[in-house]
Amino acid sequence: MNQDTYVVIEHIRGQVADISYIMLAAGRELVKGLGGNVVAILLGHNAQPLAVNLAADKVLYLDHPALAEFTSDAYQNALAGLISANPPRAVLFGSTTIGTDIASSLSIRLGLPLVSSCRSFTSDGKYLSQICGGKIMAEGSLPGTTALVTMIPGGYKPELGQSKQAPGVSQVDVPALEALRVTLTRYIEPEAGDVDISKESILVSVGRGIQTQDNIELAEELAKALGGTVCGSRPVIDQGWLATSRLVGKSGKHVKPKVYLALGISGAPEHVEGITDSDTIIAINMDPRAPIFDIAKFGAEVDLFDLIDPLIERVKESKGA
Amino acid sequence: MNIVVLVKLVPDLVEELTIDPGGTSLDMTWLRLIINEFDDHSVEQGLLLKERGGGQLTVVTPAVEGIDDVLYTAAAKGADRLIKIQGDFQGWVNNHALARASMDIIKDLQPDLILTGVQAHNDLDGALGPLLAECMQMPYIGYISGVTLDGGKSKVKKEYPGGLIAEMEVALPAVLGIQAAEQPPRYVAVSKIRQAMKTSTIEEKSAPELNSLGGPTVDRMFQPEAAVRASMITGDVNEVAMKLVDIFKELGVL
Repeated sequence: MNQDTYVVIEHIRGQVADISYIMLAAGRELVKGLGGNVVAILLGHNAQPLAVNLAADKVLYLDHPALAEFTSDAYQNALAGLISANPPRAVLFGSTTIGTDIASSLSIRLGLPLVSSCRSFTSDGKYLSQICGGKIMAEGSLPGTTALVTMIPGGYKPELGQSKQAPGVSQVDVPALEALRVTLTRYIEPEAGDVDISKESILVSVGRGIQTQDNIELAEELAKALGGTVCGSRPVIDQGWLATSRLVGKSGKHVKPKVYLALGISGAPEHVEGITDSDTIIAINMDPRAPIFDIAKFGAEVDLFDLIDPLIERVKESKGA
Repeated sequence: MNIVVLVKLVPDLVEELTIDPGGTSLDMTWLRLIINEFDDHSVEQGLLLKERGGGQLTVVTPAVEGIDDVLYTAAAKGADRLIKIQGDFQGWVNNHALARASMDIIKDLQPDLILTGVQAHNDLDGALGPLLAECMQMPYIGYISGVTLDGGKSKVKKEYPGGLIAEMEVALPAVLGIQAAEQPPRYVAVSKIRQAMKTSTIEEKSAPELNSLGGPTVDRMFQPEAAVRASMITGDVNEVAMKLVDIFKELGVL
């Protein structure tokens, strides 16, 4: 047993993901209340250089060809050995395509409690999780003697998890990773040829509130009048109403326009993750409690279908003037 | 190919959510429950796999109010078997408990493939799919938006940030956490659902006593109050439109 907070570093194709730095910053907050050190857990193959800017007290590095890129089976087996050999107070995972695949399985395998969707920790070491599309917060003590936690972004700035001073790295033995049931065959690049929404300066973004595929045209007309581009949140893309290249959020693009006009978007954490670098967010939503109003600079509680036509008209008038 | 889809219902976020008087849980009394949207995609993906390669599709779900409609809808779309797990599921049941409650019932179905939503918006103790996978000692891959089956294995498309896809192979039987089916969940006419109510049977299986060990305890649940809220533009839609144009001008985009 030790009192440390372990942070499982996520990296894809040689790039450390921002969530790793966010978790290191969260870990620093947690050890203030709980004691112990912030220990980065880096799994990879010839990946030691990735440790260079991690703001950790030390790095435990596990090297194996099967860990070169993420797969759930290999990561679980390697981490199960490491955690059970010397259980820390907490292990932080990203609430991501990587962390979510392994944290729950380890909870069952090792019999350790798991808290998910944690956004931040209080100064006395309690978790604060954001659920129900950002509408509900849950707070509680870190369960058990070793708690697993999956973390969403938003609570800490990634810069706080970066350091100019390279941490000490200790290489740890990796258990035999044999008979793996999951293998990575290849990466498939995102579709090219469409506009790159991460480079656009005016984005008209539509969410579930747009209701039907036909209504996308309205948003397109508005975007055209403004000289902008239409993008959307997950439900709109999953319905096939917009191409995947127009997806904003966790599994889509992170955008940074001058103006992000959110039409009928509730502001679930998965979406908000992709828009926080926008200069100005303007939200139109009928639900006064929609979390999007908590991050927008301007908002209006009106029916977007009533607003769109007069807005297009006013914009055109203004351009003509 | 024996495909099982595990489905759960979640609060409809369109409704106003309230905290129960104890302050540690959602007040479920008047909450409208709907199918977890990622589970809806899992049903669709199951139907697509069945249509492409044959096999049997079974939908399994804990028995809560409104669940029969969800099951009959799945039958109307093409599901072959409907199973309702009987147990004390009316309150807030965590995913550790749900995974353990459904494990043996699903094992009896001898599945080759288990599909479930990659997450639900009210998960507080991890996602259901990987919990179930580990209970059943099966491999798990989540964030899936494409599945093909090939003998004893499955090739999947796993979503990464920025539109990158990892193509992975997993040995069957396995559990997959579905982010999005290869096509939007299909529409089914109410008349077909009514017909399914007459022709389909919902099987009932009893769950063992719920064991929620592994989930956190909640000391306080609350609705967040943001430190800074948007500056709200008021007036009728014409006034709002004019004020928005002024804002666009101020920001230098018009």
